[in-house]
Amino acid sequence: MNAFPWLSLLTALPVVGAGVVLVAGARSDRAARFLSVGFAVGALCIALLLWHGFDVNVGGMQLVEQHAWVPALHIQYHLGIDGLGLSMLLLSAIVTLISLGASWKIEDRVPLYFALILLVEACLFGAFTALNFIHWFTFWELCLIPAFFLIKIWGGPRRTPAATQFLVYTMAGSVAMLLSFLAMYLAANTFEFEELATIAQSGRLLPSLAASSSWMHLTPEHLGLVIFAGVFLGFAVKVPVIPFHTWLPDTYAEAPTGTTILLTGAMSKMGLYGFLRILVPIFAPQMQSVLTPLLWMAVATVVLGSLSAMAQTDLKRIFAYSSINHLGYCLLGIFAAVRYAGSDAQLLTQRAAALSGTMLQMFNHGITAATIFWFVAILETRSGGARELSDFGGLRRNAPVLAGMMGIALFSSLGLPGLNGFISEFLIFKGAFPLATWATALCTIGLLITAVFILNVIQRVFSGPLQERHSNFLDLSGKEQMLLAPAIALMFLLGLDPQILLSHLNATVLQLTNTIKF
Amino acid sequence: MTPLPYLQFLHASLPQVALDVAALIVLFTDLAIRKKSLRLRFSVATAIASAGCIVAIVLLLTAHSQVNLFDGMFVTTILSAHVQVAILALTIVTLVLSIDSSFTEHVGEFVVLVLLAVTGMMFLVSARNILITFVSLELLSLALYSLTGFDKRRPQSAEAALKYFLFGGISAAFLLYGFTLLYGIANSTNYAQIGAAVGASGLTPLVVVAMVTSIIGFGFKVAAAPLQFWAPDVYQAAPNPVAGFIGSSSKVASFFAFFVLMTSCYGAVGGSAAWENVHAGWVPVVAVVAALSMIVGNLGALAQSGLRRLLAYSAIAHAGYMLVAVVAHGADSLGTLLYYVTTYSVSVLGSFAVIHVVEESEGSDQLIHFNGLSRRAPLLSMCLFVFLLSQAGIPPLAGFFGKFFLFAAALRGADGSGLVWLVVLALAMSAVSLYYYLQVLKRVYVSEPPEIRGRLRTPRQMLTVIVLLAVVVVLAGALPETLVRWFGMIV
Amino acid sequence: MLAYTIYISFFGALVVLLMPKGSRMAIRTVALLCAIAGFALALTAFVQHGTGELTTVALAPWIPSLGIHYHLAADGITLCLVLLTGVVAIAGVLFSWNIEQRVNEFFAFYLLLIGSVYGVFLSYDLFLLFVFYEIVIVPKYFLIAIWGSTRREYGAMKLAIYSFVGSAMVLVGLIAAYVVAGSHSMDLAALASYRYPLHFQMWAFPLVFTGFAILAGLWPFHTWAPTGHVAAPTAASMLLAGVVMKLGAYGCLRVAMTLFPLGLSSWGFHVLGFGSWRDVFAVLAVIGILYGALVALVQSDFKFVIGYSSVSHMGFILLGLMTLNQIGITGAVVQMISHGLLAGLLFGVVGRMLYDRTHTRELGKLGPMNLSRALPFATVTFVLAGMASMGLPGFSGFVAELMILIGAWRVSPLLAIGVGLGIVTGVAYVWRAMQKAFFAEATTIIDPHPPAPITLPEKLGTGLLLASSIAVGLYPQMVLRLIAPALNTPLFSGLHGGGW
Repeated sequence: MNAFPWLSLLTALPVVGAGVVLVAGARSDRAARFLSVGFAVGALCIALLLWHGFDVNVGGMQLVEQHAWVPALHIQYHLGIDGLGLSMLLLSAIVTLISLGASWKIEDRVPLYFALILLVEACLFGAFTALNFIHWFTFWELCLIPAFFLIKIWGGPRRTPAATQFLVYTMAGSVAMLLSFLAMYLAANTFEFEELATIAQSGRLLPSLAASSSWMHLTPEHLGLVIFAGVFLGFAVKVPVIPFHTWLPDTYAEAPTGTTILLTGAMSKMGLYGFLRILVPIFAPQMQSVLTPLLWMAVATVVLGSLSAMAQTDLKRIFAYSSINHLGYCLLGIFAAVRYAGSDAQLLTQRAAALSGTMLQMFNHGITAATIFWFVAILETRSGGARELSDFGGLRRNAPVLAGMMGIALFSSLGLPGLNGFISEFLIFKGAFPLATWATALCTIGLLITAVFILNVIQRVFSGPLQERHSNFLDLSGKEQMLLAPAIALMFLLGLDPQILLSHLNATVLQLTNTIKF
Repeated sequence: MTPLPYLQFLHASLPQVALDVAALIVLFTDLAIRKKSLRLRFSVATAIASAGCIVAIVLLLTAHSQVNLFDGMFVTTILSAHVQVAILALTIVTLVLSIDSSFTEHVGEFVVLVLLAVTGMMFLVSARNILITFVSLELLSLALYSLTGFDKRRPQSAEAALKYFLFGGISAAFLLYGFTLLYGIANSTNYAQIGAAVGASGLTPLVVVAMVTSIIGFGFKVAAAPLQFWAPDVYQAAPNPVAGFIGSSSKVASFFAFFVLMTSCYGAVGGSAAWENVHAGWVPVVAVVAALSMIVGNLGALAQSGLRRLLAYSAIAHAGYMLVAVVAHGADSLGTLLYYVTTYSVSVLGSFAVIHVVEESEGSDQLIHFNGLSRRAPLLSMCLFVFLLSQAGIPPLAGFFGKFFLFAAALRGADGSGLVWLVVLALAMSAVSLYYYLQVLKRVYVSEPPEIRGRLRTPRQMLTVIVLLAVVVVLAGALPETLVRWFGMIV
Repeated sequence: MLAYTIYISFFGALVVLLMPKGSRMAIRTVALLCAIAGFALALTAFVQHGTGELTTVALAPWIPSLGIHYHLAADGITLCLVLLTGVVAIAGVLFSWNIEQRVNEFFAFYLLLIGSVYGVFLSYDLFLLFVFYEIVIVPKYFLIAIWGSTRREYGAMKLAIYSFVGSAMVLVGLIAAYVVAGSHSMDLAALASYRYPLHFQMWAFPLVFTGFAILAGLWPFHTWAPTGHVAAPTAASMLLAGVVMKLGAYGCLRVAMTLFPLGLSSWGFHVLGFGSWRDVFAVLAVIGILYGALVALVQSDFKFVIGYSSVSHMGFILLGLMTLNQIGITGAVVQMISHGLLAGLLFGVVGRMLYDRTHTRELGKLGPMNLSRALPFATVTFVLAGMASMGLPGFSGFVAELMILIGAWRVSPLLAIGVGLGIVTGVAYVWRAMQKAFFAEATTIIDPHPPAPITLPEKLGTGLLLASSIAVGLYPQMVLRLIAPALNTPLFSGLHGGGW
């Protein structure tokens, strides 16, 4: 049953790394930087090893570790990954490295900064491998703490309200979620995701909920909706879904860019991961019964996200909203997948397409957004902290390589065929269109607007007259090019051969589509 | 009528005789050495008197005969012998503590009066006859009146003595009046016969008057409210050893006599003080007196700025607690009462000894002079700590066990759990008492000592005795079994 | 062996008292050794004792004529709390390393307090338990009155009187139980197995429960807690919040609920919506949780924040007890442990690390000192302790609050919502205090007199407390394995009649 505890090892490694960085890095900032990169590379190696050893034909959990933890509460130490988990682990490992790279120029309290980044990584690993609510929730919550301090200590001028807003929103969501899970625990006597899903799919969850928490004379259906709402809120804040997004732009803008990379690249995926791992298997009927508002939320997230991005002039804010917009597509995919009951072949295909598109989009957005913010960090460093669109212009002349590479990343975000963004968005639209036609149609507006603002960014930053103060703006050095090249290469790779990732996701997607029963 | 067995009486009353012989020897010896230093005279007198007490104790402990002479005028039982031993032991301590006194030139007279008072107490304990009860009570009282006024240097001393004497005289008159009524009812002075007669007559007005006057007489003796007015002044102004004496030995004897009197003479007209089930009789009256004493004593003590007056008010409060045992008058009430009053007496004696040391150095018992005492006399402070906390009822000191036994006995007594109200009141009031005891200890331990003052000089034999008393308080608490058996507390 | 925890502490108190005043280092060392010895004994018992069932530690006649025995015994709950005492005791000595004034008296009172606390936890004879319970009051008073700070004499006296009133109530109940049961024994098991009449239990239960709960900070009898905590010197507030308040909660569970379980059952009528004492105390507990948290939210004195947070956290314990189900009561015991560790730690940070260095506890004054830079260790400690106390997963508080929440939900979702609100407010006040004290926007230039660096004893104490909290949080089974069997002993079986 219990394989070699690779997953525990993976989670523990960055924690140890954080300790080592704090202690050994106390003398020299340089040592702290290199040590943290070393540990992050180590984690990436383990993730790749897992990738290599992963059995693509199995839809269920692999590398399972299961031990009794708190028998009194039926809490288990239960780890395992499927394709989704695996891709998220890999993404987290990559994004952490990008984040470390983008944070290289941090000068203040270096060891602490890098240790905190490694802690975030550990929490991400923990959350993406846990299969028990309590265990998972532990990492979900713990993740906030280093993130909060990263923003609070190294953030921009308005960091205090931003950090507080970030914390309060996510905490409120977490409490709602915790209460919902407690209600389910009282009904089903388990915190295991898989067991809860089984019980829910067999239709036993609602009656026992009604029996254990007969509250305010709600019918079992309504009770189910209340419980669903609690869990949904927790995830919706994290993704974020409009209208629960207001913490995000401030936070992304005020956070140090290295942290923003982590937030958008990996932490926002925790919310979507929750949708796929928890909401869909357990709450599909509830989702379906309130699908129209949910779809409206997805549309709003896509369209309003992109419109807001267009209205911004601060680079970080633009890409913050762009992040909202891109994750909106994932929501569309997920919500569309639970639109219709039934299990005929065509429906299953469409669902599978929407869901694999969603998973792929999660990965792609992680890579792309992280890379874009990295470029923003580079721009910021070279221009002495300027981030306004109007601060730049004509950089193409001085820094052609920078312009080219950043252009690729931006086009990936825009969804240019041949780059990674295109495939995933295409899959989502392909799957969602027959399932939720009107919503999908509305979402295409978002695609257009995205194109507009991204082109606008490219034009304002790289074209036009070169500003006086940027006259000695340096192009990317060889070292930087070497570091950025793999990320760019990955975009091409996934754009041209998405099968690399999809092959690992397929079995998981099939398993997930089979669980959508009403 | 058989001839009166005087020889047997002489034999049985040998302890009292020993005391009186000792008193005579003290008187003559002191005459012989009265040119010598005061300290030497006190030492010699104390030594002789203590020797007398010790002889009496040995006699009491070795005599196993239980006699009942002259129709209850002189009764010895094991319990009364034990009580007498306790009284004598406390007296020895009182005498030893007075060695360093300088309040009087008349050493011989002082010690003799103490011994006479003790003789009175011993007869009081062995009396089961109202006549003897009254006479021995008066012997005791007269000695105490004069002792109170012994410090001729201080006008307050005389004033207190006068006050004590006047109140005492009036209450004695009440008591005597009551006793005559009893005699009228029963045509006998014997407790048992009076008890039978009262039982036969029931709660007639005559009995009621007799009962109330008895309570007044003894209530005065034990300083229960509302007959407590003399106590603060006497405690304040009497010479230190006398104040300790009044607060300790005299209390033991009076409470024992009171309990015996009430239960044997008025056994049939007790009534009940149970909550919602009050029956007329002496029990509800004593219950009210007890409750009043606790309240008046504890609240009065809050306002005091001198330690002696504080102890006086706390004595009133403690009298209230002890009366709870009288109210209960169950099988083991007397035992617990004696345990309580004895251990309480020890701690009172100890407290007055500490006051004595401080007064000798500072000239007054005002609380302010106790500031920072722990830095000036650590050991002495530690002892005061033990004495006061024992009175407050903090375990593992004797006072706590006394309270525990007492309240347990109260709930087991004649009225059963109906007395919970009294117990609750007593405990609530003891929370109040913690406040003022802690106020004193706060000065001792927390407040800063006055700067110019150095260490406090404590005479060695004084310190030894004080420490011994403290040890007794701790041991009587931590290992109460011996004392419990000594007073025959039966469960 | 466990009995030696008591003897060593008392003996240590005596030794320390007799040591020369000047040898401060030696005194501290002796005190530390005593604390460590107690901890080692507790730990040994904790590890060796597999089942959590009751075992007698010492039994000797004490006052045989009254059926009172010197009876020490330990079950799982006891073991956990004794171990907690050991941990907090060590940390307290370490955090008092800088006491300079009247050192020997300080540690003598300190060890006396520790010894009595051990005594209460281990006593199985109720008389003995009560004796130890009352002894606690005295060193508590003097520790605060002599070595305390703000309004120390007032705080100390208030604490002493409240405790004494509480114990007086307990005493009435105990004596009544002893007498009603026939006065043959004060043994807990003997008294608990006696079937008291229902009407008797109905008044004795609230009396004894409230008496103990006063020391556990039950609202509205909690007011001694914040003032006492604030006035106390660091080590005393650590002990006070860490273990002494637990004595009250322990008494509620161990004495009130086992002796008078039927006192919890329904009255048979309703007054203002309350149908039993259980409802009353549960609601008071929830009020305490919310009230403590809300008041903590508006304090400007850092120590008051922690003081009121204690009231809030103790409310969780009392609520857990009133759930009357296995999970809830277990949660209450875990919360005792958790709060013991964390309150100790928080008071350590605020009282020792900050106040002793900056001489202020005003949040507004601490803020500009830029403490997150000046005292990074204190900052990290407070952040971690704060997270733990707000119930973040991974720390002991989470397990406890989760169990209590589940237990309360089983009783009534409304209670659970109250608890949930309390948790959220808990997050808010910790956060506010942290922001204001450590992460306020620093306006001052570098302080010319930077605070002294954190010393080694402080670091050790912090490490010990934090490690314990994380250990319990990550591996709660460690304590749960002992608590569950203890709750299933016949001692608690009476509770099934009271609505379990």
